[in-house]
Amino acid sequence: MKKYLSFFQLRFAMGLQYRTAALAGIITQFAWGGMQIMMYRAFYHTDAAAFPMTLSATASYIWLQQAFLAFFAVWMMENEIFDSIVNGNIAYELCRPVSIYNMWAARSIASRLARAVLRCFPILIVAAFIPQPYGIGAPASLLHFLLFVLSLILGLAVTVTFCLLIYVLAFFTISPQGLRMVFTSCVEFFSGAVIPLPFFPDKIRSIMELLPFASMQNAALRIYSASIGTDEIRRAIGLQIFWLVALTAAGKLLCRLAEKRIIVQGG
Amino acid sequence: MKTIRLYLHYVSINIRCMMQYKTSFLLSAIGQFLVSFNVFLGIFFMFQRFSNVEGFTYSEVLLCFSVVLLEFALAEMVARGFDTFSGMVRSGEFDLILVRPQNEILQVLGSKFELTRIGRMLQAVVMFTYGIVKSNVVWSISKICTLLFMLIGGTVVFTALFFIYAALCFFTLEGLEFMNVFTDGAREFGKYPLGIYGKKMLLFMTFVIPYALIQYYPLLYILDRRTSIFYMLLPLAACCFFVPALLLWKFGVQSYQSSGS
Repeated sequence: MKKYLSFFQLRFAMGLQYRTAALAGIITQFAWGGMQIMMYRAFYHTDAAAFPMTLSATASYIWLQQAFLAFFAVWMMENEIFDSIVNGNIAYELCRPVSIYNMWAARSIASRLARAVLRCFPILIVAAFIPQPYGIGAPASLLHFLLFVLSLILGLAVTVTFCLLIYVLAFFTISPQGLRMVFTSCVEFFSGAVIPLPFFPDKIRSIMELLPFASMQNAALRIYSASIGTDEIRRAIGLQIFWLVALTAAGKLLCRLAEKRIIVQGG
Repeated sequence: MKTIRLYLHYVSINIRCMMQYKTSFLLSAIGQFLVSFNVFLGIFFMFQRFSNVEGFTYSEVLLCFSVVLLEFALAEMVARGFDTFSGMVRSGEFDLILVRPQNEILQVLGSKFELTRIGRMLQAVVMFTYGIVKSNVVWSISKICTLLFMLIGGTVVFTALFFIYAALCFFTLEGLEFMNVFTDGAREFGKYPLGIYGKKMLLFMTFVIPYALIQYYPLLYILDRRTSIFYMLLPLAACCFFVPALLLWKFGVQSYQSSGS
């Protein structure tokens, strides 16, 4: 455990170094969030009755999504890991007395956490001062806030385990490019990054909510402004735990399989 | 003439180079297709719920989305070299270009011709056809001209933005990601007619960066919301945006003080 903790610390400290990039990221995400809210406002003005959430809940959803982008953006995968698989440097990692799955997990969580820590506070603080209904609202209640934090952490874990699955799959395909693109597009769509899940027709949504992708950002962001009821919150968190366990198990199993028949690239 | 021949030669080298990795090329193209397909799905499902947005129907939005996508794909295909220009400055590769007896813009443009954008382009063409068929626009010569002007103006504006992005690399290499708001962001949010984002935003997009000139106003003309010929010619006026971009680039090259090793 101690060695993984130091992997975590190393990555975390490294992630905190990129401050100019973080500033640029904050500005970008701020503009992005603002435009998105203006877009939803236009739909709201046109037909408020067809709008599935309140406008302020939608605004909160979007600001949180921007603030915690680093938690949930599947496209922010670790290039170093893919590179090490492609160019064969992974051989060094395999010599070490560590499980590469756990090591990758520690690294991924650390770098996502570092990115989010640098970016989330400025975005959240400014968004809190934007007048309602366009700014971020207060959480529905203290309980909702606590559940939101729990779900946020679970969502991060589900996202990371999903990425780990893709890293492991790269052992089998050698060129990770295709895998990466297909999975990224799917996750973007099904997790509610393109449009939030409540905006989908009910039938499609009820299926989408069961998929692992809905256990990433969707659960946490909707719990915050209580746009889902208590029963649904319980179910959503239950599903998050289920997918976390299932994805970890699948990842570890595949990883063991891959390690047995690994072919090291490069020379 | 010689310049064009040289540019085409650059293009052919790039394409031949890419064709050495056919699978990778194919996958990237499919990826490009999927990414913009997601944007389409977003629009599609929004309109399952809403019948219109500020008076624009699904098919009208689709036309708008496809035109912007096509403009962007065209600009990106040509000017992608500028988008990755920061790497060129950082590695000192740009010094190499400066010492050659050829126009530096041509060389940077030729350094990277992204055929993988064909995925996005294909998407744009499919959407464009779909949008045109679905929209109940009665096409006349003036409307077809407007559409053509939109494509020209849009490609020029996006190319100019890539130029600005590259020119900024002469002054700083850090934190230029915010420029993505103006390129990728414009593509992303240009899927809806810009009028829906409110008056102030429209003013900004008319007078600061002329997105509205290549998208919103000519679209109004095509959809018969406006009849003045003035709206038809606005996309051509947007081409003026290229002048400050070019000046900034020239200024950048003049004050360039090598970097890299």
